[in-house]
Amino acid sequence: MKHTKSSRLGGLIKKTSLALIAGAFVLSASIAQADIKPAVVYDIAGKNDQSFNEAVFVGITKYMNDTGIAVTELEPTNAAQVEQSLKKLASRGYEPIVAVGFAMANAVQAAAEAYPDTKFTLIDMVVGLPNVQNVLYKEHEGSFLVGVLAAMNSKTGTVGFIGGMDIPLISRFECGYKQGVKWQDSSMNVLANMTGSTPAAFGNPSKGGELTRTQIQNGADVVYAAAGGTGSGVYQAAADAGVLAIGVDSNQNWMQPGTMLTSMLKRVGEAAYDSYEAANNGTWEAGFRILGLAEDGVGWALDEYNRDLITPEMEARVNEARDAIIAGDIVVHDYMADDSCPI
Amino acid sequence: MNEFLLNTLDATLRYSTPLIFASMAGLFSERSGVVDIGLEGKMLIAAFISAAAASVFGSPWIGLGAAIIASCIFAMVHGFATITHKGNQIVSGVAINIMASGLTMVLGLAWFKQGGQTPALANDERFLSITLPGVDIIDYIPILGDIYRELISGHNILVYLALLIVPLVWWVVYRTRFGLRLRAVGENPKAVDTAGLSVDRLRYKALLIGGILCGIGGAYIATAHNAQFTKDMTAGAGFIALAALIFGKWRPYTVLSACFLFSFLKALEDRLQSVVIPGIGEIPVQFIEATPYILTVILLAGFIGRAIPPKAVGEPYIKEL
Repeated sequence: MKHTKSSRLGGLIKKTSLALIAGAFVLSASIAQADIKPAVVYDIAGKNDQSFNEAVFVGITKYMNDTGIAVTELEPTNAAQVEQSLKKLASRGYEPIVAVGFAMANAVQAAAEAYPDTKFTLIDMVVGLPNVQNVLYKEHEGSFLVGVLAAMNSKTGTVGFIGGMDIPLISRFECGYKQGVKWQDSSMNVLANMTGSTPAAFGNPSKGGELTRTQIQNGADVVYAAAGGTGSGVYQAAADAGVLAIGVDSNQNWMQPGTMLTSMLKRVGEAAYDSYEAANNGTWEAGFRILGLAEDGVGWALDEYNRDLITPEMEARVNEARDAIIAGDIVVHDYMADDSCPI
Repeated sequence: MNEFLLNTLDATLRYSTPLIFASMAGLFSERSGVVDIGLEGKMLIAAFISAAAASVFGSPWIGLGAAIIASCIFAMVHGFATITHKGNQIVSGVAINIMASGLTMVLGLAWFKQGGQTPALANDERFLSITLPGVDIIDYIPILGDIYRELISGHNILVYLALLIVPLVWWVVYRTRFGLRLRAVGENPKAVDTAGLSVDRLRYKALLIGGILCGIGGAYIATAHNAQFTKDMTAGAGFIALAALIFGKWRPYTVLSACFLFSFLKALEDRLQSVVIPGIGEIPVQFIEATPYILTVILLAGFIGRAIPPKAVGEPYIKEL
């Protein structure tokens, strides 16, 4: 309330051409606040996609419960609203503003240029501005681990991968997965499909299901989906056919208990949490945060839903791979480094 | 028998089912002279209601029934606006679509608190694949056995219903008194009126049949092809059905072929990804995605000839005093 009042007053003064004073007035109003006013803008898929966005949502809910600080959440329903949402939050003095997903890069660029004093945290993409923190993940390392598990569980010698939108980020999942599969068993065959070439490809379970059926008909008996909301169709089709599926981003093991082998965890919720906490402590920094296995930014899920599927032998083998990657003995090729996959 | 072809045709049947229901719904509506751009919206609300009811009551049949009722209510809203009040049919249809998109999310959030989705349906809450009798016997016959086992058997009941509904629609439209009147009212409502029949009542009936068919199509999407309702999950099927209707010149069997063609291209798209063609290399996914649309443009431009709609379609009938 205080803020809107001051900007309304600011508008009045501007009309009488005292813009400088008005500017100082608005600035003092935002400094006067004690706690931070954090906010988040979710991707088009929405915060309940049971995958990527939901992982952020869970982290933010935890932050709210831990600190009692309210986080303002916005869910744009189309691409055009993203930039508006970011700018609206910035103009009302919210910061840091977490932008969820690669698709927001252009919008963050525009908003961060328009509001150079507001802190933005962008997940999964890079905007090179002094007030933007870019959180990136080594998805290829996490995908490598689930690839090892997939290879150990396949009886047919063929495993599948279903990506969401056909972009380098998703190819990075695919490439890491392939390397893990081949590391475990170089004779394995990997089938790979992308759902589409627009962001809608992250929310198309019908097509995910059809692609899964195709891969199963072609011999795949473990299917890894890196496709956001499209995944629910993949897991359903896999469960119907009695083959195993691997979830992504959130722990999705609960979605089809018994046929969910594991989930590749991408701890985006923690990134949002850390970003708010750092801003509150005054330690928030622009630039890069790159999180891999060593930083526990990615991993694989083991819980009561897949406990029976994972033998001690498999667990030992995956941990062996993890330790080797952290130690640098295995170097997982990053697709985005040179836009190609050696396998 | 070529397994690739069989699997592709199998997927074609699964993809075509909602298109068939929706395009047959559109056929009734447009043959009676009412443009039905709201096919998408009616299927969407039906998909949502079917998954919601199936989840709450634990039966896909209750879901199907509820979906038909919901879709019919939307059809009647369209009728009330365009028949009773002579409103613009396109505007009303667009309104139906927007209303369905918004309402499903609002109700979904209020009822299930999962971001507008319904809970995932368990196996006894959805339509499962059924194995037709005699698979084991016919299996010994080469080719025919494969076709019967892979292609014809193993779909859910709504797929078979869609295939049966087309000859039924043909029979109703071309061989019954109602069908004759329906076609007449779409071509020349004045003549029908002069003959002492109610134009409005005929059009309402057509819309109601369309509502029922859209309801089944929507229920298929959420409780048979998938096992959950997710936001905007019809993904344009209603509009593709509308295109198939025009493509097929408002005739049941040609519309059916158009539905099959569109679905076949979609099924092919799933399978041609990352296939390496000798001499050309891997086909980019974007090109494969665009293929159905490119082909549609080519076919529409050169091969099927002029598609002439029912004469009175789109015009509200106003009785002269």
